[in-house]
Amino acid sequence: MKILEKFFDKIHPNFEKGQKYEKYFPIFEMMDTILLWNNKRNQRGTHIRDPLDIKRFMMIVIVALLPATLFGIYNIGFLHFEAVGVSATLWDMFLFGLIKFMPIVIVSYAVGGFWEVLFAVIRKHEINEGFLVTGILFPLILPASIPLWQVAVAVSFGVVLGKEVFGGTGMNILNPALTARAFVFFAYPGKISGDKVWTIIDSAKDKVVDGFSGATPLLVASGTPAGESAVKHVNDAGFSFLQMFYGFIPGSVGETSTLAILIGAVILIATGVGSWKIMTAVFVGGYGTALLFNAIAGPGSSGIFTLPAFCHLVMGGFAFGAVFMATDPVSAAQTETGKWIYGLIIGFLTILIRTVNPAYPEGMMLAILFMNVFSPLIDHYVIKANIKRRLSRAA
Amino acid sequence: MGEFKLKKGYDIPILGEAELVLKEFSNPDKVAILPYEFRGIKPRLKVQVGDMVKVGTPLCEDKEIQEIKFVSPVSGKVIEINRGERRLLMEIVVENDKKYTKENFKFKPSGNISKLTRENITNALLESGLWPYIIQRPFAKVANPQDVPRDIFISAFNTAPIAPEVDFLLEGKGKQFQKGIDILGALTEGTVHLSLQRKGNNSGNVLEEVTGVEKHYFSGPHPAGNVGVQIHHIAPVNQGDIVWTIKPEAVALIGELFETGAYPNERIVALCGSSLKERYYIKTIAGAKIKEIIPDENINDDEARYISGDVLTGIKLNENGYLGFNNCLLTVIPEGKKKRRLLGYFRTGIDMSSFSKTFLSSWISSKKKKWKLDTLAYGGQRAFIQTGVYEKVMPMDILPSILAKSILAEDIEEMEGLGIMELAEEDVALCTYVCPSKMDFGSILRQGFDLIEKEG
Repeated sequence: MKILEKFFDKIHPNFEKGQKYEKYFPIFEMMDTILLWNNKRNQRGTHIRDPLDIKRFMMIVIVALLPATLFGIYNIGFLHFEAVGVSATLWDMFLFGLIKFMPIVIVSYAVGGFWEVLFAVIRKHEINEGFLVTGILFPLILPASIPLWQVAVAVSFGVVLGKEVFGGTGMNILNPALTARAFVFFAYPGKISGDKVWTIIDSAKDKVVDGFSGATPLLVASGTPAGESAVKHVNDAGFSFLQMFYGFIPGSVGETSTLAILIGAVILIATGVGSWKIMTAVFVGGYGTALLFNAIAGPGSSGIFTLPAFCHLVMGGFAFGAVFMATDPVSAAQTETGKWIYGLIIGFLTILIRTVNPAYPEGMMLAILFMNVFSPLIDHYVIKANIKRRLSRAA
Repeated sequence: MGEFKLKKGYDIPILGEAELVLKEFSNPDKVAILPYEFRGIKPRLKVQVGDMVKVGTPLCEDKEIQEIKFVSPVSGKVIEINRGERRLLMEIVVENDKKYTKENFKFKPSGNISKLTRENITNALLESGLWPYIIQRPFAKVANPQDVPRDIFISAFNTAPIAPEVDFLLEGKGKQFQKGIDILGALTEGTVHLSLQRKGNNSGNVLEEVTGVEKHYFSGPHPAGNVGVQIHHIAPVNQGDIVWTIKPEAVALIGELFETGAYPNERIVALCGSSLKERYYIKTIAGAKIKEIIPDENINDDEARYISGDVLTGIKLNENGYLGFNNCLLTVIPEGKKKRRLLGYFRTGIDMSSFSKTFLSSWISSKKKKWKLDTLAYGGQRAFIQTGVYEKVMPMDILPSILAKSILAEDIEEMEGLGIMELAEEDVALCTYVCPSKMDFGSILRQGFDLIEKEG
């Protein structure tokens, strides 16, 4: 520690205003404060400060993501070995997943980090820790088979157009990780939807077992013929509720295990880092809407209408979106009342898209992005209501 | 009368409350006044180095409203005039001749307050130098004597971290306090509101017996004791309203002034903070030199910060400087250590106290534990992120983070609509304390006030 301290103290002057490397101060600041805790004293404002800073705040999100990440890595291997019909140990599966997943994470961090640093240097502001979270969130909502160059292009799109053009962290309207995913979704639909992408199979050497489908439960459910029970259709395809809850199903890396995601949710809520209001509202909105569709399901309506509400919540990206994506503090609604409305509508829209839109089996990503755009409007009305209350008091 | 139970807020578990013991230090060699303590005052000197002054002689006045004066608390010689950055007047130091010769004020004490006119009272407060204790809302600055306030508000308890007990400060001063209240009552056409803390049993309290006020009872964590929060719940400041606020100790000073006709130069100051070995209340002369009151042996830490007022809103003093006038509290806390910790944000946080639940201590330490808090920022300033934490410490119907954003966007109409006029720095100090982006909401708020005053 002493050596590090001395080293940073020594090189610090070079990055001060008017010095040779002034331009690169943000990079220095990043390295310096990543390794050693800031020892600045309060000069303005309060004399004491709470020890929570943005770094720790973002670290908590990463910790909350760990269960889903670890399970996701294991699940990559599990799905692969199941598909090719080879028995493997737990460790083999995990290792297989790790080898497939780490390159995606590295590309995501490296390319996204590059843009983050570039903009910080040009704009002369500190590098924001928010990227630590975006960099891992994005790989978690991709299929493991995604080509790395697409990861690089998409994360560039997400960081630059989703965040930096609005003025950087704190100013962005859209969730950068979801923006990047939306980019892949529309630019390279073949690599992120359908039934071929979720399980890693090297067609040159792997031979899949008979009856392998690769489809996600949600895809199966959405393909239920009219008048049939969606839940039966899903069960027939080999997915029980518990299996979906634990997460042994095809899907994006981090989204499959509702259990792991719920552990993350507990961490976020207990530490106060994630908004319990938004999470609750999304689940309530989704559950309620699904019940509504169950009620109106008739013999003529498409089979997915009959999918029970509790199944919706453990399928696809619902839980992951509700816990980690909708709660992004920057792109969510900013007012406490607004958060309820924002979350409820996300839940509602997700189920609406899943049920009545034949083109997309999953609606979470679009619902959240859509509500990201509308959250300023929701806030606007909450703010206007506050202003009106104040004015009416005087009358 | 109202009963208000506030839920939002936070009592910072900081170590260093003063014991309820009163000691006396009667004759400081040097005293000083610090005009910059009082917001909205642009001081102009009335004396030069070498001038002889008496108790109550004006040392400086406000450039804009010249009737507002700051007077000497002792008799003796002006020996130093210290200026700070941009020639800002910092200290006017008077050497105490310990004779306490009194200036002859124009006004005479009067037994019968009901005969005094509003003008008599205003003039007496201005002449005696007690006027700056009257603070107006909006803008939280020294009141303008020309205004007639809608109401006057007094908060009779402190919830700020390690702030003094008002009951203790006013012990034995019930008569003066009552007189002060009567005088203030003549300054407004509205009501004098007195807010008390709802504890188990309030009887036996000097403040319970007071008449001529409307009493309100508050309970809850800090900032429930802030007068701004109380105004919001009792009778909020609306567009165009002006209300006045005054601290309870200053009310007693006004009573004393009208009793004796002389400048009340004694103050009781709580000496608090974990850097002090012994912590107690001291009765001394206003503006006494800190070194004279606190001997070096009483300091725990190598580097300590001296604050006039509480740790959230106080003013940083020079350790060779003088007590403030505006506060009956001197807080001494350790300066942050320069030694840096490896990967601070990865730590379990068992040895740190936080409002958030992201530190292990929030889960396992006793809620009653008091912590030795220092002046470290614990992180660098970052772009504002709406974590919802401001909202948890704002017990008013105000949207703090939205307001902060409207101020930064310089949208006057919106900031007024969102209630900027109801706030002062002290009301948003907890927001600054808990802010993970390490923003200073207080200075953002002041930026908004300056903009509004400039644009008219």
